[in-house]
Amino acid sequence: MKKTYTDTMRYGMVFLTLAVLFCAAIVWNINTGSVDISLKDIIRIIFTKDNTDPASYNIIWKIRLPRLLTAAVLGGALSLSGFLLQTFFRNPIAGPFVLGISSGAKMFLAIVTIALTGWFPTIPISLTVVSAFLGSMLSMLLVLAFSGKIRNMSMLLVIGIMISYICSAVTDFLINFAKESEIVNLTHWSMGNFSGAGWANLKAAAIIVLPTVVAVFFLSKPISAYALGEGYAQSLGVNIKLFRILLIIFSSILSACVTAFAGPISFIGIAVPHICRIMLKTQKPLVMIPASFLCGSVFCMICDLIARTMFAPTELSVGTVTSAIGAPIVIWLMISRRVKNEE
Amino acid sequence: MKNNFYFSTDSLSVGYNGKALISDITLNLQKGEILTLIGPNGSGKSTILKSITRHLATIAGTVYLDNKNMRTMNGRDVATRMAVVLTERVRPELMTCGELVASGRYPYTGSFGRLTARDHEIVREALRRVHAEELYDRDFTAISDGQRQRIMLARAIAQEPEIIVLDEPTSFLDIKHKIELLEILNDMAKKQNITVVMSLHEIDLACKVSDKIVCVKGDHIAAYGKPDEIFSDERINQLYDIERGSYNALLGSVELSKPAGDAKIFLIGGAGFGTRYYRALQKANIPFAAGILWENDVDFAVASVLAQEVVSVKAFSSITDAEITKAKAIIDRVQTVIDCGCPIGEFNRANEELLRYAGTKLKTEVLV
Repeated sequence: MKKTYTDTMRYGMVFLTLAVLFCAAIVWNINTGSVDISLKDIIRIIFTKDNTDPASYNIIWKIRLPRLLTAAVLGGALSLSGFLLQTFFRNPIAGPFVLGISSGAKMFLAIVTIALTGWFPTIPISLTVVSAFLGSMLSMLLVLAFSGKIRNMSMLLVIGIMISYICSAVTDFLINFAKESEIVNLTHWSMGNFSGAGWANLKAAAIIVLPTVVAVFFLSKPISAYALGEGYAQSLGVNIKLFRILLIIFSSILSACVTAFAGPISFIGIAVPHICRIMLKTQKPLVMIPASFLCGSVFCMICDLIARTMFAPTELSVGTVTSAIGAPIVIWLMISRRVKNEE
Repeated sequence: MKNNFYFSTDSLSVGYNGKALISDITLNLQKGEILTLIGPNGSGKSTILKSITRHLATIAGTVYLDNKNMRTMNGRDVATRMAVVLTERVRPELMTCGELVASGRYPYTGSFGRLTARDHEIVREALRRVHAEELYDRDFTAISDGQRQRIMLARAIAQEPEIIVLDEPTSFLDIKHKIELLEILNDMAKKQNITVVMSLHEIDLACKVSDKIVCVKGDHIAAYGKPDEIFSDERINQLYDIERGSYNALLGSVELSKPAGDAKIFLIGGAGFGTRYYRALQKANIPFAAGILWENDVDFAVASVLAQEVVSVKAFSSITDAEITKAKAIIDRVQTVIDCGCPIGEFNRANEELLRYAGTKLKTEVLV
């Protein structure tokens, strides 16, 4: 029972740390940029909606806050999606994009962009979002169709990767024959970034992401039964077929949403769940689900901050930063854990 | 079909992709009985077990559990009655043995899977039953194969089943742990009335632990019944297609194939003294003859499958001149006679006579 006690302590500490980091990331993010606003002003403007200094007010309410919160929601979504897929495929490198989700989105977006440039001089952002989302869901449905026929999970992983290659091939083919001006939008999107995120986008993203997160949380019991593999999960009474479908749908919705609003952002989905597992020293979904989401939010906000300030005024794509930070972290974690296991 | 069996299959056909591999499987088990499936590799033991546990769809026929058709039962109904130990090796990340065993409580916990004090008590009790209490806090990936198998069994016990299905639970285990595991199963069956269905590779252990045996061979059930009815040398040798070497059902021992050719050595043994020499000669691939042995002697059981010729006498009968003449004829043919060191008593004076006879031919060689 002593162990249970220390476990609870550890979970408490991790969540406390994450909460502090979350608040710190928000303040730091709002505080940093081409225009400096003091902490006191930030708090005043956020909590009282004081409009006496319209410049600061606009920067906070119209630019920094929506972008920040979008990063938080989408970062959390990516991380959770990664956790689900790693559990599902029992494979540590399974991430949100292995099921061909980002390449499906990119292909669809390429088709839509090239087809519509005749009518629209610039593609409206809502159209980008909708087409990327549709593309993601399309590749998800394809994977889902295969999952009914396939018993072996790693085969499904391979199919996801193959679908991803096919979509990339189609996209490359289209880009080959497209004019430079037609694919500007596509290039911009495929770098992955949060710039231009406004309240409307944030609201749309939150409406999709937050209920999905809650739904996933309610699945934590069957997810925990998955720790020993599908055979044992079934023997415990889990409806495997239904559970598989739900997991694919939920993780796809989460990553499709991110892809649609911010482009393909790599590494959060792979790295953050690992970081959480190592901090919490457990695999229990009941703690891993909220922790992954929170940690993903913090990670994404910090990466976005680095993306927009490191080489200001030039803004990096957030995908560049997440990979540059995420990949070394994963390598370091893997090695340190291996060393610990061998002791 | 109503009957008083706890678990039964009625003309069950099992296989993959709608194609039946094994048909017409009809088994009946009472509570607390142990049924063991034996048969060569790839004969379909696992296919049968997977169909029983619903990991594979059945092709035809019905499986009854607790007098209900398993096809109509929901996941929880089955999970509270049947627990499994599968062959696949699990490698859960960051999971202690206690947590792993607790996963067996799944069918009983609430919607978020929180464990009550009673659940914890059942987990502890399950670990006690497999003598692994001290592993509670250990990481599952950091313990030995034998310990892991016991933990997997504890997980099944924590599920509080009425029937446990185990697919080759003794593979990866050394002989000590094999015996331990089977004793735990036997204990559960007899004391708690839990029905056990399993597959085993060790036919000698299968015959000792089981109430019923199923011999699975390729496309059919070769035999089904009590161990005494099933275990004859001939049936086992046939079941496994043993052409080289042999299996002795009574002793549960295996001998390799007999050396070919004319006997070069005659061994005088008995009372188990000869066996190690018979096996040594088999290893050296030297054909030999043995005698004079009573048919109730352990040496006879081994010699009869390893020696080219055995001069033997019926159990509890006296040696007659016929056997002595026969033995002397062999001694004339071979190059060497070996005395395996069996003591000479009132009844086997004849063997002493044979030694003396060999001595006159300068063929004796005494080994003790």
